[in-house]
Amino acid sequence: MSRKASDVLVDPLVNNNPIALQILGICSALAVTSKMETSLVMSLAVIAVTACSNLAVSAIRNFIPSSIRIIVQMVVIASLVIVVDQILKAYLFDISKQLSVFVGLIITNCIVMGRAEGFAMKNGAGLSFFDGIGNGLGYGLVLMFVAFFRELFGNGTLFGIEIFQLDRNGGWYNPNNLMLLPPSAFFLIGLMIWLIRVWKPEQIEEA
Amino acid sequence: MQQRDSLFNTLLVATVLCVVCSLAVSGAAVALRPRQEANEKLDQQKNILDATGLAIGEYGVQASMLDMDQITELNGWISEKLVDLETGQYLEASADELGKYDMLEAASGSDTSVSIDNRTYNIGEPSRPKIMKVFFVEEPGSNRISQVVLPVFGKGLWGTLYGYLAVRSDLNTIQGLTFYQHKETPGLGGEVDNPSWKAQWEGVKLFDESGAPAAMVAKGPAPTGDQYAVDGLSGATITSRGVTNLLRYWASDDAYGPYLDTLSNELASSTEGAN
Repeated sequence: MSRKASDVLVDPLVNNNPIALQILGICSALAVTSKMETSLVMSLAVIAVTACSNLAVSAIRNFIPSSIRIIVQMVVIASLVIVVDQILKAYLFDISKQLSVFVGLIITNCIVMGRAEGFAMKNGAGLSFFDGIGNGLGYGLVLMFVAFFRELFGNGTLFGIEIFQLDRNGGWYNPNNLMLLPPSAFFLIGLMIWLIRVWKPEQIEEA
Repeated sequence: MQQRDSLFNTLLVATVLCVVCSLAVSGAAVALRPRQEANEKLDQQKNILDATGLAIGEYGVQASMLDMDQITELNGWISEKLVDLETGQYLEASADELGKYDMLEAASGSDTSVSIDNRTYNIGEPSRPKIMKVFFVEEPGSNRISQVVLPVFGKGLWGTLYGYLAVRSDLNTIQGLTFYQHKETPGLGGEVDNPSWKAQWEGVKLFDESGAPAAMVAKGPAPTGDQYAVDGLSGATITSRGVTNLLRYWASDDAYGPYLDTLSNELASSTEGAN
């Protein structure tokens, strides 16, 4: 088990992406991706929580009694999410209003829990920290991919900046309202998984 | 290894962890409270600017897109006063008292609130403040009140919706309705925040011809030509009903009714004076 920090950081981006390969954390990927801005903040929040919870859990892994290890991880994760939520409310109030319950729901995001139990409990603190960042980035990458298409084709903008001028504002582009609704995220994530598996056929499961 | 799984160690780890985590959480909450309160206040101001349509009217964007200078400028058009709802009269209040007024505190205090007992329009709240802070819009140079903004609240599905109702100077035509705080389901009841749904309130009549509160959220699309209704929120029957009830309750004689009478006399006499 001598893995390098660079490996655990880069691996979850495509080769072992938490959403595309492990199919974890889909719920928030559907809910917050109608805009690039909210997706970016959500990604940063998840990166911070995954990295810090991995770091904390790994640092105390030799003291955690196995009978209560899941609840210990849960407490660490829940505390970190509340702290992140408070920081967002203090510094990015408008975005935190738009994210509403979904910041709190990071607690139940399987990626965070999965990495704490599956990686941080067995590896050193430094390595776990990078693994957390890597998995957060992998999650963020999918969010940004989905949000890019949803915001561009649903609203003609990227980060709120007009790219396609909408017909209701006197332009040429007739926005696709489906893109603003959660099901479009399903289609986009499905397409993305398909593309990744065409590129990396080893990810295809045995039928 | 055996020691790690012992009962004593389990309790020790659990206790230490709980203490450390609660310190971190409460530390963050306390340290960031002032900033959060400032944000909430700013957010309420922005909601007033949206309810009154000032942000759209002056700059063509939602208030959340304005910068601080623009918000300060538009806020300069807005004044505030305390009103005793039972008598419908204004209360003398210094700027300090106005700033300290807290609706939530007043609604729960035993001597600052009255219990709500209105069977017709049930807003699901046990009590409301005796005194409310209302806002006026006076466009620069016009020297007369063009809108009054009334704070309203009432239960939706998951919790209380808190908002502002802006009414034009005829005291019957709604200019806008916004909610600055609610717990409705995102995508269903949460659509009370949807700008295109909110835009429908403009021009809706608050009272019918007999003077009874009539504004409502329809079930399904609002009937064409109905001047009292806006479209229902699909998948959010209870939120829609909650909004109807809270609007009608606050417009009724149990709430702002007496004050609206006072204000209408005041507006009538000031128009005569201007002529």
